[in-house]
Order: sequence, then structure tokens, then C-alpha cells
Amino acid sequence: MAAPLTLLLIVAVTIRAVLFRSSLAELISERVEVVSPLNAWKRVVEGLALLDLGVSPYSGDVFHETPLMIYLFHFTVDYAEIVFMIADGITAVALYLSIQTYNKNVFRKQKYALESDRYPADCLELLRSPKEMFYIPLKVAMFYLLNPFTILSCVAKSTCGLNNAIIALFIFCTLKGSALLSGILLALATYQSIYPLTLFAPALLFFLQRLYIPVNLRRSSFWFFTLQYAFIYVGSLVVITGLSFFLLGSWDFIPSVYGFIFSVPDLTPNIGLFWYFFAEMFEHFRLFFICVFQINVFFYTIPLSIKLKEHPVFLIFMQIAIISIFKSYPTVGDVALYMAFLPAWSHLYRFLRNIFLVSCVLLACSALFPVLWHLWIYAGSANSNFYYAITLLFNFGQILLVSDYFYAYLRREHHLIHGLYLKKKDGTEATLVLK
Amino acid sequence: MAAHRCGLSLVCILIFSSLAHPSSCDTLEKANDNTATKRSISEVNTDGSVAGEDMNERQWQSTDVEVNRSDGTKTSETFTPAPAPAPARDQFQEELVIRPLHSGDIYASFQFRTLWDTDFLQERQKKVSHYRLFPKSLGQVLSKFSVRELHISFTQGFWRTMQWGQPFIPSPPGAELWVWFHHTVSDVDGNWKELTNVLSGIFCASLNFIDMTNTVQPSASFKPLGLGNATDHRFLRYATLPREIVCTENLTPWKKLLPCGSKAGLAVLMKSEKLFHSSFHSQAVHIRPICQDEQCTSKAWELRQTLNVVFDHYTSGQGKKEWSLFKMFSRTLTEACPLASSSKVYVDITDNPEGELFELSPATHLLSRAVVLGDRRTYSVYDLTRAETFGQLRSFNLLLRWKGDSGDMLRPLLHAERYVAGFGLQTGEIHTVIYNNHPYRAFPVLLMDSVPWYLQLYVHTLTVTSKSRDNKPSYIHYQPAKDRHRPHLLEMLIQLPPHSMTEVTVQFERALILKDLTSSALVPSMVAMSTNFTQDQPLFSSFVPVKEESSYFVRVYTEPLLVNLPTPDFSMPYNVICLTCTVVAVGYGSFYNLLTRTFQVDEPSPPLAKRLANFIRRIRGVPLLA
Repeated sequence: MAAPLTLLLIVAVTIRAVLFRSSLAELISERVEVVSPLNAWKRVVEGLALLDLGVSPYSGDVFHETPLMIYLFHFTVDYAEIVFMIADGITAVALYLSIQTYNKNVFRKQKYALESDRYPADCLELLRSPKEMFYIPLKVAMFYLLNPFTILSCVAKSTCGLNNAIIALFIFCTLKGSALLSGILLALATYQSIYPLTLFAPALLFFLQRLYIPVNLRRSSFWFFTLQYAFIYVGSLVVITGLSFFLLGSWDFIPSVYGFIFSVPDLTPNIGLFWYFFAEMFEHFRLFFICVFQINVFFYTIPLSIKLKEHPVFLIFMQIAIISIFKSYPTVGDVALYMAFLPAWSHLYRFLRNIFLVSCVLLACSALFPVLWHLWIYAGSANSNFYYAITLLFNFGQILLVSDYFYAYLRREHHLIHGLYLKKKDGTEATLVLK
Repeated sequence: MAAHRCGLSLVCILIFSSLAHPSSCDTLEKANDNTATKRSISEVNTDGSVAGEDMNERQWQSTDVEVNRSDGTKTSETFTPAPAPAPARDQFQEELVIRPLHSGDIYASFQFRTLWDTDFLQERQKKVSHYRLFPKSLGQVLSKFSVRELHISFTQGFWRTMQWGQPFIPSPPGAELWVWFHHTVSDVDGNWKELTNVLSGIFCASLNFIDMTNTVQPSASFKPLGLGNATDHRFLRYATLPREIVCTENLTPWKKLLPCGSKAGLAVLMKSEKLFHSSFHSQAVHIRPICQDEQCTSKAWELRQTLNVVFDHYTSGQGKKEWSLFKMFSRTLTEACPLASSSKVYVDITDNPEGELFELSPATHLLSRAVVLGDRRTYSVYDLTRAETFGQLRSFNLLLRWKGDSGDMLRPLLHAERYVAGFGLQTGEIHTVIYNNHPYRAFPVLLMDSVPWYLQLYVHTLTVTSKSRDNKPSYIHYQPAKDRHRPHLLEMLIQLPPHSMTEVTVQFERALILKDLTSSALVPSMVAMSTNFTQDQPLFSSFVPVKEESSYFVRVYTEPLLVNLPTPDFSMPYNVICLTCTVVAVGYGSFYNLLTRTFQVDEPSPPLAKRLANFIRRIRGVPLLA
């Protein structure tokens, strides 16, 4: 399996290197779908230039990267292209190994269940075979590396690629069972962009499941491990934040990075839901609606954790997707990360209800983004509503996609318990509904 | 703060090391030690034979009391001993300078100067309450807000440096206000806010639109012009309103500040319908403390009201170059302001030394030579305080008749222009081009640019090229903007090579502007200051003979930029709010469904009749139907 992965990496790096050298690179790095005020490379360079001028990069409204990012690029600014390609490679390899581990676990569990005869007889066709699972890790890596969204994001040198790498490494460490590394990487991801803190719940659930600790609030072992993991997480977060303070000697980055993420002052168009809504929102209600919109990311964590407590990896996927839909400055790089997981759920295809519609919506939107942007900004023949309509549709498509996968996952689990061909009381074929 | 101060001293060093001037050491001393400057003012040449060598403009400017005497000494044709004015505590002077421009336009510049040796910033107990010539409204403002220096200008139209040369006092289009507060002021921002509102009332202008989003504190560009050694730019506030429209309602309150109002003296000429029917109109008020006497033992306040106007009679008046006071202002002069200690009209006749180009009537043999902005000029002087100026008709209507065509265009030594490059509403590039037309001298130039927050500047894209080579600024002060709070401020010191064109470019990104239905915004003019000066006195000195080779200080404003901004469509905010909320609700709804409900086999509900029957059966207590 190493050979196809290496080949894939070589192909991916070649594509990126060619694009970096082409004239497209500059065009791509200006696209609002690919870069947001939070992760634009131009702003990183500006921040470094401000630092050189002796001005705090956070004194203006242009730089919103974390101090560690300044530190990283202070040394590697000349090799930025290589850094971003390596980050993409790391993400792909980490996802590859994670999914490989995950599939092994799934298969082992399925084998035990089969041996203990827990599955109904008619759902053998729902079980997964090693043959179909063999290429899934490679497909995941391919979905990430060859996804046009990832390629654009990398060529634009959006720091989103680095955040994705951290999250992918976090998933890898979690699935490998290293609570310490997982906690540290989760803290790093949180430090980078706040929102990954919702991944704390799935990681905790995974470790508990792995250590056979039942989720029971009265059990001391549960609390012991939870506190232990929380301590690692919070401790690393404090250390990283403190380190940032010592790097720059001021707390200016807190309002400039996290305040900027939460209060959404920059309404540059992007693919998210926030910009146009808050451009139109009356100032009086702004705070209220900021709270309403921001809470969406964190709101689903607890119910999802309860519903999917047996399936933490799927929960990770759900959380990453929700973050990418409801975060304040989303870019296509965020979308690419959760899309990379789709091959891992390839066994759910038979239960997906509107995958065709969703694929068409997403493809059409991706094509229409640049078109309507051009009409609005350059040709002047359209107005902002056109672009807004497309972002709306794109997010609608993403929501449909995620909820469809969620539905399919739950339905498969239901069938694995109750059998595939359900009968009504009178013996006729039954339809399954949500009640 | 320390960093800024370092920067400032750096500028000073650069400025003075760049002076290829014999008296530069002298100047350096003065600039470094302000008390020395004050002392040097005492060296005013009371002796008429002393040429410019020991004099500098600073002396003249600060002790304008000497105008009459020096004028008398320097008039080449006749010597008219002016009676020494009685030492009054306050005095008023007025003058009008008319300069035929090379383009055929006529430039008229009024200056009214009120001097008062009082101190507004005294202790509260000794509040100044008795006003004579100085306008009380301004005096009260000065003492209330502890203002040390105040400069305000309202300009309609753009000064075309390429065609008209340098103005005496430059000003940017729209309104410009800059104020140095006294160093005892603790809440500078609060004072500034209140002051702008008060001035807004005094001048009937929209200065109340000055807020933190268009106020900057330049670190090096706007030094105090009067006395005082404070260089701490925390007490300086500078703002421009490029959109301000200047009209009659601004002129009337301005005229009311004059001791004679518009009833007598030169102000009679200021008829609004004529003044505003012109290519360029600029009115200004400058207040600063200066030395009251030669020893500079006491401080006096100087109020300088200037009004500059350019008439385009040549283009609008059938191509004739004749002009007269009546033609320009529809009025003639009948008397000087009785309160004025000096009242004069000057006409620039530099191009006409022998009278072959044009003819002035009535003729005067009173001449004055002056070096204005490095240029040697000759002026005909008409003294309105003398009865013979008005002749038999008791009215003075100056008339100029052209005999031949004038010479070629003069090229200004220094001028700047600016434009926005790029297309679309996303990004763009501001280009500023500065020309140095001097054949062999390099000028150090201090550029100041204040850009509103809705243009996101990228200072790493800043390039300065002259003669297609990179020209690295020796000093850069940059303060990035804060959204809705603070504009960008960019100041840099550039050396302009001789006979060159220097291009400064910086890229920007446009923000989606909110709650503003206008889709375009004006970026204020960039201020380029040639720092090549021996004294910090840009106020046009009243025709004093100065050393001819003296270098001078010039402030150049570029045109303001009009930048289109992308705007959201505000025609349907409710639709947007509803649609976005719908999508969020779709997400919430589908997750909620999946989270709270469980899969169940769909059993069709029994028909209505059966349900009714079962309901009755349940009441009766008999077994239900299946």
C-alpha cells in the first residue's frame, strides 16, 4: 500500500508545483472562496512586514494569525510553498493512517459481532468485506490531495491547510490511542481557530470506548479519565497561549484573533453564511444574531455525542462538517477536510436519499462562485445578491449532504439491529420512518 | 511613543544634512534649540542697508510689525517713509495680491492678519474677556479648548499646480483642520471632538463629521508653525473632509470674523456670487502664537485669515486677458478698513519689467521685490491708506490691459498627482507620482497619506521607484487602520533625485461597506511636503525681501481619489435575513429530526370510522376492534 500512496503524493505535489509556477497562482490567491481574512497569505506577509516596521501586527485590522504562525513563517517565509505542500502531504498521510486504523477496528468489531451471532440474518449484505475496505484509506488520501478545493487552497497558500494538518494529526493520534498527543494537538487546533474545541467530545468518547470505560456519570473511572484528558487539553492550551504571550510580549492577539473570529467584524464575502447576513443586519440586533449564529457550531456537540456515543469517528466527521458550515470565515479548504472522509462512509451509499441532488448543487455552486463574483465585482452587471444566493445554495447543499450521511449512518445501524427487510404487522413489506 | 520620537529626530537629521546651503549650520542650531530661534528673531534688520544674508523668513514672519519699515527700505524706485504705528496691543493688517497666471487665469489672494499680545492659555482666573479686533468667538474657543495652534481651510476646486504654479498657502479640496493642543490637555480626543463641533457651528460647515475614523496624528508632517517647542504628536490632530462642499454659508461667518466685516476695506470685494463663480476658491483661518517683539519676551497671537481665488476670465470671457477689480469682484475699492494699520494691494508684474507685456492703470511707482517660494517676484504696490490711491473718483478700480502674448508655461519645481490603478471592486493600487523638475537639486520629501479604513492597505506592497530604480524611504511611519475606528496613516521620507519622476505605489483591498448607500468614497489627498526648508514657515510671508538663494518649505496636496466600493444591496434586508435564517433552520431542523426521533416501521393509521368505533368502545369498556 505504500507504493500507491507515494505515487499519489508525487502526483499531488507535481500538480501543486506546476500551479505555483503558473500565472494562475496569483489569481487563485485573491479568490474570496479560497482565502478568508483569517488565513490569507497576503495578510501573513503583511503581518511580517508590519513586524519589520516595528508595528505590532495586531495593531491594525489586517493580520489575524496566531503568534505561533508568525513564528513559523518568520523562518519559513521564503519556503512557504514547500511548507504548504508538506502540510497537505501530512494531512493526507495522517488521514490515510487514521482511516486504515479505523477500518481495522471496524472490521474486528464486525467479526466479533458476527461470531457472537448478533446480526440479523438478512443484513449480511450490509456487512463490510475486507476487499472493499482495502482501498478506502487510499481513496481518503486521494479525496484530500486531489480535491480541487484542497489544491486551490494550497496554491493560494491559505493557512487553512496548516490547520487541516493539525486536525488530521489530532485524528491520527486519537485513533492510535495516544491521549497525550491527541490532547496537545487538539489544544493546538483550538488555539489556531477556536472551533475545533468541539472535537474534545468525540476524542474523549473514543478513548473511553478504547479503554472499555462506560460513559457513566457515577463511575469514578469515567471521571478520572475525563479529567485526565481535559487536564492535558487545557494544560497544553494554557502553555501554548502563554508561549504566544512571551513571543510577542502582549495579549493583543487575543482580541485580534479570537475576537475577530467571534465578532465577525470583517464582512468580506466568503462561502459562509455570516457575511451577507451581518452586512444587512440592523446594528441593534447584531450582537444577538452573532450569538445565534456562533452557537450553531457548539450547539450540536452534546446531542450528537449522546446519539453517536458508540461511533466517535463518525462524530468527528460530523463535527468537522458542522464547523466548516457554520464557522464565521469558512473557505473551501475547510470543506475539503470533511469531504476527504466521504470514501470512509462509502458503505452508506445505499441509504443516501439525495446524493445526486447534493452533488449537482455543490458542483454547480463551485462553478457559479467565480462567475457571479465576476459579474458583481468586475462586470458590474450583477449585484451582491447574486453571489449571496450562491453561497446560500452552497451551504444548503452542505447541510443536506451532512444530514444525509447522518441519516444513512443511523439507518444502517438500525438495520444492523432490526434486520434489513422489515415487515409490518400484517406481514407486508414495511417502510422505515423517523418518528 | 519612544519609537515615534526616534523617528522624528531621524527626520530632522536627514532634513538638515540634505541642505546644501551655506547657512545650514545656523538653521540646524535654530531648529534644535527653539530658544535660539526666538533670540535670532531679534536680529531683524532695522537698518535698511542690510541685505538678506542675515535675515531669514522666520524673522519676518514672526515680526510682521516691521512690514512697513522693511517695505520702505526695499522699494527700489521711491522711498516712502511710513509713519511708525503707535504701539497698540492689537493690530490688524489687510492685503490683496493679484497675480496674472500663465494660463491666463487670475489669482487673487487676500490676507487679513490680526495680532494680539494676550495669552488665551492663561490661568482660568485671568480669563480674557475684553476683545477689540480679535474675534471673540475664536478667542473663547482657543482658551476653552487650550488650543495652541489651529489651521482650518475650506477649499472648492483643485489647485492645478502644473498650470498655476505654487499657491501662497496650499490647501486640499474640501475641508482641512489641524490643531495643536497645549501640552497640559489631558483628554486630547475629547477636546478635539468638542472643538470640531464648535468650529462646525462657527463656520457653518460639516466639521462635526470629523471623528476618530478620519483623524490622524502625523508624527512628522505637521509641525507647529508658531512658537513652541513641543514636538510630541500626541497633541496634534489632523483631519480632512474631502467631500465638504464650500459655499456662501461658509464665507459669511468667515467674513464676520474680520474687524471691519465686509463693510469696509478689502473685504468689500468679497461678493459670494463672484467668488464662487471661479475655478478655485479657498478660505482659511490660521491661528498661532508668535513672538510679539524682537526680543521675543512676550507672546502674541496671530490670526491670519486668507482667501485665495482663481478666476478663469480668460476661458470664460471671450479669450480676453484684460481684467479689472470691477470685472472680477463687481465692486471697486473706496477705502481701507479704518481699523487696519496697513492696507495694500499688490500686483505681480515680474513678467513685465519694462511694461511691454501689459499696462496697469492707475499706474504706481511704488514697487516691491520679494522672493516668494524661491522665486524672485516684483510687485506694484497700492497703499489704500493713502488718499491719492483713490484719485478724484474716490474709487479704486485696478485695470490691467495686455499688449502682447505672455511667455511660456512655467514648470513648477515640485508637483504631485495621484490615481487609482486596477479594475474591479476587489483590489486596486494607489499610484502617487511626484515630479522634481529642478535640474540639479535633490529634494527630501515627506509624504503623508491618510487612507480611510474601508480601503485595506498592504504596506508590504509599498514600492517607491525613481528613475526606474528602487528608492527606499529613509523613514517610514505606518499606523494600520482599525475597522470603523481609525484610518491608515502612512508617512515616509523620500529623497527625490534631480529632474526625476518618483512613483509611490501601494496595493489595497476594498471592504464591503456597510450602512452607507453611497458606493464610492473619497480618499483624502496625500500631502507631500518638501522638507527642504531653512525655517518652518509655510505661511506666505507678506512680501518681505528674503535671501534670494534661500531654500524654502512647500506643501503639495494631490487630488483626492474617488474609489468605488462594493456594497451590499440594501433593497431587501428582510429577504436576506429570512433566507439565511431559513438555511440555518433547515440545518437545525434536519439535525433535530435525526437526533430526537428513532426509526420505526411505518404502520398506516386505522381509518377514521374505526378510530371512532374504538373510542366509543373504550368508553363502554368493551374490547377494541383490531
